[in-house]
Amino acid sequence: MRFILRRLGFYLVAFWASITLNFLLPRFMPGDPVSRMFARSQDRMQPEQIEALRRLLGVDDRPLWEQYIGYLQNIFTGQMGVSISRFPAPVTEVISSQIGWTLLLGGTALVIAAVVGNLLGIVAAWRRGGAIDSALPPVLVFIGSFPYFWLAMGALYLFGVVLGWFPIRHAFTDGLEPAFTSEFIGDVGAHLVLPALTIVLVSIGGWMLGMRNTMIATNSEDYITMAEAKGLRPGRIMLRYAARNAMLPSVTSFGMGLGFVVGGALLTEVVFAYPGVGYQLLNAVQGLDYPLMQGLFLTITAAVLLANFLVDILYVRLDPRVRSN
Amino acid sequence: MTVSQTSFGSHEPVLDVRNLTVQYTGDTRSTTAVDRVSFSIGTGEVFGLAGESGCGKSTIANSIMRLLKDPAKIAGGSITFGGRDVLAMSPDELRRFRWQDVAMVFQSAMNSLNPVLTIGEQIVDIFTTHAGLSRRESLRRAGELLELVRIDPARLKSYPHQLSGGMRQRAVIAMAVALKPSLLILDEPTTALDVVVQQEIMAQIKELQRELGFSVLFITHDMSLMVELSHRMAVMYGGRIVETAKAHDVYADPRHPYTQALMGAFPPLTGPRVPLTGLPDGVKFRNIPDLAEVAPGHLVAPFGADDLSIPRGVHVTGDEAAALEGAIR
Amino acid sequence: MATAILQQPGKTAGATPAAKPKPNRSFVHGLLTNKKALVGMAVMALFIVVALLAPVLFPGDPSRITAMASLEPDAGHWLGTTAKGQDVLALTVHGARSSLLVGLTVGFASTFIGILVGLASAYFGKVIDEALSLVTNVFLLLPGLPLLVILAAFLPPGLGTVILVLIVTGWAGSARVLRSQALSIRSKDFVAAAVVSGERAGRIMFREILPNMASIVMGTLLACVIYGIGAQAGLEFLGLGDVSTVSWGNNLFWAGNEGALLTGSWWVFVPSGVCIALVAFALALINYAVDEVTNPRLRKVKTPAPATTGRSAAK
Repeated sequence: MRFILRRLGFYLVAFWASITLNFLLPRFMPGDPVSRMFARSQDRMQPEQIEALRRLLGVDDRPLWEQYIGYLQNIFTGQMGVSISRFPAPVTEVISSQIGWTLLLGGTALVIAAVVGNLLGIVAAWRRGGAIDSALPPVLVFIGSFPYFWLAMGALYLFGVVLGWFPIRHAFTDGLEPAFTSEFIGDVGAHLVLPALTIVLVSIGGWMLGMRNTMIATNSEDYITMAEAKGLRPGRIMLRYAARNAMLPSVTSFGMGLGFVVGGALLTEVVFAYPGVGYQLLNAVQGLDYPLMQGLFLTITAAVLLANFLVDILYVRLDPRVRSN
Repeated sequence: MTVSQTSFGSHEPVLDVRNLTVQYTGDTRSTTAVDRVSFSIGTGEVFGLAGESGCGKSTIANSIMRLLKDPAKIAGGSITFGGRDVLAMSPDELRRFRWQDVAMVFQSAMNSLNPVLTIGEQIVDIFTTHAGLSRRESLRRAGELLELVRIDPARLKSYPHQLSGGMRQRAVIAMAVALKPSLLILDEPTTALDVVVQQEIMAQIKELQRELGFSVLFITHDMSLMVELSHRMAVMYGGRIVETAKAHDVYADPRHPYTQALMGAFPPLTGPRVPLTGLPDGVKFRNIPDLAEVAPGHLVAPFGADDLSIPRGVHVTGDEAAALEGAIR
Repeated sequence: MATAILQQPGKTAGATPAAKPKPNRSFVHGLLTNKKALVGMAVMALFIVVALLAPVLFPGDPSRITAMASLEPDAGHWLGTTAKGQDVLALTVHGARSSLLVGLTVGFASTFIGILVGLASAYFGKVIDEALSLVTNVFLLLPGLPLLVILAAFLPPGLGTVILVLIVTGWAGSARVLRSQALSIRSKDFVAAAVVSGERAGRIMFREILPNMASIVMGTLLACVIYGIGAQAGLEFLGLGDVSTVSWGNNLFWAGNEGALLTGSWWVFVPSGVCIALVAFALALINYAVDEVTNPRLRKVKTPAPATTGRSAAK
């Protein structure tokens, strides 16, 4: 329990840091990008909307601490201003309409990559020098050396443009009405294949090698020798004794890896024009939409922190040693 | 040399190790960790293997259960258990042989227990694998085992880190006797424990041995413990056995200078205080020959002045020199 | 590289410090006899030479328009031309300069910060360690790319901005790895002896502790360079770099912008991507070699396990 509380405190600090960063950036950065933004889009907005945005982004005459308190209040009541590029939709509305797609893409890719990668790592370590152990790691490391977005471009070109096997853009066919029908779900699945595949391909090598190396270290532990001496079946030793212990660091990196998969998902979304937060982030950048950028950053950060907290709770379930102290 | 005729108890040895040689193959050179070692253990006998760390004791234990891992390899000799050739066993035979016929208590109980499984699960493992029992029945038997070593059966639900060092080691001993093996290997079972707990554990083992009648291969560098528990014993040095006899004979009349040094390196548990002696720094034996019988059942590696390498600059005190010379004579 | 966004420096499991400090001579010798390291170093050397010789090989501004648009590779333009009519090979060769420069700068700077933070944490301990660890962990946890994006969006565009934001987002990974290694060396007797004998803090940190973590520093540096090159490409691909410079990331940005994919001009986006991958792969190879040299357990098993060992027998 103390472990959980400690972690929770840590995540709160991390979240506070990202809010504060958000607060400080527009106020202390040189070049005054915010004025540029206003100059470009002022004529479309209502005076009170401009006023609210000015306050949010620091074009404001109040003392700094007063601004800061007002800013915190705004964030915790969910007021992140209106989007410039999707005017006049509020930032929260834009984000909530798109985060689902990113969760679907990132989540699918992360789970597949982690599960398959870890299983491959377990087998590779158990059969040192076997086919999987010798052939796969170099190939996966090489694939993993390509930038996410480049691999996505390659997949799009090869499987989408040249071969025409999969759709090349968006999350579902234009004009199709979102509904819980097999047609729509199948369509979403088809659109998911290429973006998810690229994320899986790039990230699976890291999982596999990480698991393999921890498994190799675990295999020389005394309790593995004892399990062998006990005459247990090899499969049981591999899973219940070796992998069960070796997976603990893997669970930790699952949380950590999340932030990076989000990054990968962002780039992949851009290539496939997949309507998630990453694609939106690019639009925000191109449209000088600072309120939306900030909102997206905070949302993504909050999601990553939350996911890490869930992983911590899982970790406590998996490792009895952190439960007692 | 036949040691088995002096076995305690029965004439038919449970375990017979002949000319066992184990090598560690490195990138550039190989080291012989165990060199032509022979001994046998009779039914119900406690056989001790003494020597400093790195002398090959644990390698022998692991060889018997065929637990050696790369780069260690059995390069020669034979291991026979109850008339069966251990080195020729198929994977399945080997798996049944392990724990049913020979069980082992490892050096450190903390490290030999899986930290993420409960004690109960780790005992149940044994019954479900070897005896084909149901989980419930296995759990009941596991509880009885814990009671046997005087641990509250409620501890079945505990994880290793929740038990004290002594409790963990007793739990491991309980696991070791779960299938009533005919041979129990104890590899320095009390090294990491404090003296009081050490005594408890040793008493526990003695009691179980009386009750269940298994043979024991007892490995330690602690001569007092060894003499206390073993019927016969062997002293190892640099992968070779330098002396073997009934434990009391070795204790009363150690012949090899290394044995004498080892005796001197540990305080006797009872009796008057005596100053500790040991091998002088850097002094090493080399080219240890095969054993020769010096008294009935008492075998010693013949020893000459050439076999001792004393590095330049090491000062051997009068007492030590006398002891060494006495042995050479 | 790819892993750039996925794994910040030092996050790869391979970089976990498990190795004991070893004499540096055998470390260098091990690297020079390791096949992976040799291949990696050869590839890196090739790229560095090409980057240095770029003005000789392709004099003049590589982004000037020299031919018809979207030409397929032929004898005149080995890698074809872009939709604007620029020579792709010239862009790729010149791109190496910016990409390697940024990658190396970011790598060295992040590693340097990591060393300072790690050593300070390990040496001073207590409150300083707690505070530095907290900052490090917060930076590690904040999702890297979104952080990069908003930093880059608010800062004036330019190469300096790119380098700065990559360092800001990249140092934490190396700090964490180096801290844990420094901590384990800090607890060794020879450091305790140095403390007792009254050596100055700086001397203990840089002369006693640091030399003993050479291989980990090396691994961290490689991971940081990989991160720098990949993250720069990602940032530039999003249009957040300085779009007027020629770099691999910008080449890909323009390729995407000009619809090279949809018009089938694969030769426009393949070269820069392959270059990024080759450099990242070469560095990764050296990194794995460092791991193998310092951690013999990871080395390949030379002979198949003998039948007498438990595991192979039990299979």
